[in-house]
Amino acid sequence: MKIIKNLCDICGTCVAVCPADAIIVSEFEVVINNQKCTNCSNCLKVCPIKAIKEGE
Amino acid sequence: MKNKYDVIVIGGGPAGSVAAKFASENGASVLLLERDREAGIPVRCAEGVSLKGIAPFIEIDKRWIAAQIDVATLFAPNGESAKMHNNGTGLVLERRIFDTALCEEAVKFGVEFVTKADAIDLTWKNGKISGVKINYLNEILEIECDVVIGADGVESRVGRWAGIKTNVALKDIDTCIQYTLSGIDIEENACEFYFGRDVSPGGYVWVFPKNKNTANVGIGLAGHFSHAKGPKKFLDEFIQKRFPNGQKIYTVCGGVTTADTLPEIVHDNIMLVGDAARQVNPITGGGIVQGMIAGSIAGKVAAEAVQKKKFNKKFLKKYRKEWDKKIGNNQKVMYKIKEKVLEMGDEKFNSLVKICQNIPADKFTVKALFSEAVKDDPRLVLEIAKTFVKSKLKLK
Repeated sequence: MKIIKNLCDICGTCVAVCPADAIIVSEFEVVINNQKCTNCSNCLKVCPIKAIKEGE
Repeated sequence: MKNKYDVIVIGGGPAGSVAAKFASENGASVLLLERDREAGIPVRCAEGVSLKGIAPFIEIDKRWIAAQIDVATLFAPNGESAKMHNNGTGLVLERRIFDTALCEEAVKFGVEFVTKADAIDLTWKNGKISGVKINYLNEILEIECDVVIGADGVESRVGRWAGIKTNVALKDIDTCIQYTLSGIDIEENACEFYFGRDVSPGGYVWVFPKNKNTANVGIGLAGHFSHAKGPKKFLDEFIQKRFPNGQKIYTVCGGVTTADTLPEIVHDNIMLVGDAARQVNPITGGGIVQGMIAGSIAGKVAAEAVQKKKFNKKFLKKYRKEWDKKIGNNQKVMYKIKEKVLEMGDEKFNSLVKICQNIPADKFTVKALFSEAVKDDPRLVLEIAKTFVKSKLKLK
């Protein structure tokens, strides 16, 4: 999964639905660790502003 | 900042600052960490709260009250509406000021408070949590403590570091977007709720006034309904109809869990509070008061743990027990009812609002709603009552 940085509001909703502990939020950005990501696409479905897309 | 405290609280929202205050007030040395440049920002909240809920925790101050709410109007999918009166017991907050005021309160009771301090991991010694690793102004620091309180919100990671499972199912989170709309004309003391599959599947649209020309207008969709269209399109369509001239002076995204409290909110040396523990009302999505109540319990238990030098899960479970007694058991029932509400079609919402119309606005109570509902739609009441009884039975 990939974050569209200019669109992301850094709200962290994606973190709450990630079963793989693959997403980190800091004050300035959200980062997806694709090594841990299982491609379940929960984050993509829940993102309020569709700032996550498939791919690395 | 020292290199050791009794208690470190991660997150300066209402749950964290109240936890810090109660721990410090009861004798512990406490460090409160906030990732952002101040507590309360960015505001990811509709800002509605009950006066009765927050009054035990802070002296009411006009500085952080935007509006006082007397009326809530519910709009059914068919356009019918019903008014519920609450005699000014609802508030719309200015969270930015409110959260900082709570932190000031914590500081008054001896809490050390640091902003721009991002917790990035826990530290461990002999298989036990020994402190918190933080990034403070681009410097990595390790600070020791006996108890960590994770109050790091919906995006919580603290629990995961400790091995606690914190993720929720898609159906148990609402995906939200909110605008603060200005240039509109509304009643300053009335909030509005809109229901229906076309408006907000599995959730609702809210209008919380901040003054007579400005309101927080937002939407929450149940996560599993949100994929195709997303909350923004739903909200934009709503605004086009209801507030075509509204100007978006603030836009914010967010997630609100509508789950039960996490099965585990306590491990050795650690407790989770607030959104991080999913301590949110699953029907309303309200979490401020729940977080403050959880924080007050956890803070007290942390101080007691320090006093007795007992930091294991068994001792800290006192917090869980008291939480369940005060709110948790009720949240469990609310969660069961929410599951029913998720299944409800538009005609059920229409019938609920119709039932509400038959109750005199000033006599509106849940009891009145039920007795009226029995006359109008016994099956609906029966379904909810069954859920209620079932979950009550399970609790025992």
